[in-house]
Amino acid sequence: MSQSQQTQNLTLVQAVRDGLHTEMTNDDRVVVMGEDVGKNGGVFRATEGLWDEFGDDRVIDTPLAESGIAGTAIGMATMGMRPVAEMQFSGFMYPAFDQIVSHAARLRTRSRGRFTCPLVVRAPYGGGIRAPEHHSESKEAFYAHEAGLKVVIPSTPYDTKGLLISAIRDPDPVIFLEPKLIYRAFRGDVPEGDYEVPIGEAAVRREGTDVSVYTYGAMTRPTMEAAENLEEDGVSVEVVDLRTVSPMDKETIVESFEKTGRAAVVHEAPKTGGLGAEITATLQEKALLHQEAPVERIAGYDVPYPLYALEDYYLPSVARVEEGIRNAVEF
Amino acid sequence: MSVLQRDPQDMLRVLEEDGTPVGEVPDLSDDELVTMYREMYLARHFDTRAVSLQRQGRMGTYPPLSGQEGAQIGSAFALDEEDWLFPSYREHGAALHRGLPLKRTLLYWMGHEKGNRIPEDVNMFPVAVPIATQVLHATGAAWAKKLQDEDAAVMCCFGDGATSEGDFHEGLNFAGVFDTPNVFFCNNNQWAISVPRERQTASATIAQKATAYGFEGVQVDGMDPLAVYAATRAAVEKAKNPDEGERRPTLIEAVQYRFGAHTTADDPTVYRDTDEVEEWKKKDPIPRLEAFLRETGRLDDEKVEAIETSVKDEVAEAIEAAESEPRPEPSEMFSNVFAEQTPEIRAQAEAFAEMYERHGDEGFLRE
Ligand SMILES: Cc1ncc(C[n+]2csc(CCOP(=O)(O)OP(=O)(O)O)c2C)c(N)n1
Repeated sequence: MSQSQQTQNLTLVQAVRDGLHTEMTNDDRVVVMGEDVGKNGGVFRATEGLWDEFGDDRVIDTPLAESGIAGTAIGMATMGMRPVAEMQFSGFMYPAFDQIVSHAARLRTRSRGRFTCPLVVRAPYGGGIRAPEHHSESKEAFYAHEAGLKVVIPSTPYDTKGLLISAIRDPDPVIFLEPKLIYRAFRGDVPEGDYEVPIGEAAVRREGTDVSVYTYGAMTRPTMEAAENLEEDGVSVEVVDLRTVSPMDKETIVESFEKTGRAAVVHEAPKTGGLGAEITATLQEKALLHQEAPVERIAGYDVPYPLYALEDYYLPSVARVEEGIRNAVEF
Repeated sequence: MSVLQRDPQDMLRVLEEDGTPVGEVPDLSDDELVTMYREMYLARHFDTRAVSLQRQGRMGTYPPLSGQEGAQIGSAFALDEEDWLFPSYREHGAALHRGLPLKRTLLYWMGHEKGNRIPEDVNMFPVAVPIATQVLHATGAAWAKKLQDEDAAVMCCFGDGATSEGDFHEGLNFAGVFDTPNVFFCNNNQWAISVPRERQTASATIAQKATAYGFEGVQVDGMDPLAVYAATRAAVEKAKNPDEGERRPTLIEAVQYRFGAHTTADDPTVYRDTDEVEEWKKKDPIPRLEAFLRETGRLDDEKVEAIETSVKDEVAEAIEAAESEPRPEPSEMFSNVFAEQTPEIRAQAEAFAEMYERHGDEGFLRE
């Protein structure tokens, strides 16, 4: 596989498309399937132009049935294909839940390795785009809770392409959640050729010494902004972007905490049972003696995601993130 | 013989495209017919205004209904007061007939929780966004009516795309097995976003799927409000008072077309020909019913003008009212999750309130 030096300046959603395009070109076992992914190029244009280039057998508009998409993709995957199934919004993934958790996640275990499921399920997730009801939830914890699934959430165009390529090449099922709030929010350099960003490795986005803040997806931006603001007040914030929420990069999480002794977690998913709890427990298990303050969880609330007139109050804002980090620092 | 007893491939029609009757005109009074026309006209005008509100940034994503007024108003018209409607997200027309104030519909699409509250006296469920999920609710609701010995039919609306979901099949299967008083009303508008009807099913019609569940399926011209009314009315009556040996549920496939985009976030020119749209516009249900009503002396220029004026006022008033609604209180987020707030939700609500005190809107609202 050649490593091209050429780069392009892409948005996150363009990086999804580029990742798909790259792997479809590399590997003719890769097929893209889902609702409106064909001629329409996906409702977010994540598959734009792929249908024209690869045709109806590789970019497949399916009937409107998520269980159907996930279930048939599992069947294809077991027969040597590499399906990438799109769920139009993560909020509409629930009909596929049974197929994903009861089968994709455990086919390898159940068949003692005889059958495997190299499947990627992509879905835009998260809030903040003034979308209608059921279009804004963050339910990554559902999937992270399921043994046998890897759950990836990129936050930059570079990582998006590299992680998607890794996900497609992964021998096991990967849930690939795309933060749609930042689909087009900014651009980043993305190499033209193929490259992998390894699944399961967090990235330290910003080094700091006073407090570690763990986040991922669209919340990386308000977290970075809060960190910059706090810097002006003399607070040095380290920001760790998990990139993969399962398996979690506990080594990086702990390493950062051992340096700072204080932590905050930022996610838009509801607080209770969210990944913040897993991170907090990890710190407690592995670095208790470094701990100098309770871990702050800055999260969505334990309520159904509100209609959009209220969503800004629901989502962690820069001010809220800042305040939470401050609590951890000033304890 | 009931209009429901026909081959599912034999489409029921009452009015030709030019308004000429070709079938039995249902037994509706002059007033009712004119009201039907007015409501279709109202739905169309509301729709046009709603789309432009979205374009001007005064409303979020909105799913237009234009082209589907005949099916929506015609079917809702066939329900009795005690009957129920379980809509999808596009049934603003059917909803207005049921008595849902336009202001509520606007508020919902403007992102206000309040828009989801159906007034006590309106027998209708809130919008269902996850496709086909409401089909099962409608079956369960009808089943409850039957178990409780109440005479009420439950009509459920959904699109052609929805017929591919498992929930659709499970809903119809339960209805067949438990013989529930349901009218399953499929608004086959030919497209599920960009996916054409032929990509949803290899069946020749959607109506014929009912056969597999053991009850009647009928295809009607969904651009013909009188045909829609006739079929739905027969289905509602049969649901509540089946003859010996008749099954209560019915599947109606109303063949129609969505003139506009799937939602305001969609660009239909990417996936369908404008020629196709033009062809279907010739079948427009509004001029069709208007021609019939004029021809039969029920409408004239003067009456049509009066309808136009009153409809414009009514919609303008609703928009004005919706837009003068204050932004909902942030605390609304924490209410109605459970009958009683849990200690954790209460704690979160209090923490939020304190933070809101300190920061005000500035600490939360993005541009
Ligand atoms: C379970 C589910 N999957 C996907 C979606 C996204 N989506 C919204 S509308 C739509 C197409 C629906 O088509 P159809 O049922 O024919 O109804 P129409 O919109 O044409 O009225 C899709 C795929 C959804 N809302 N729910």
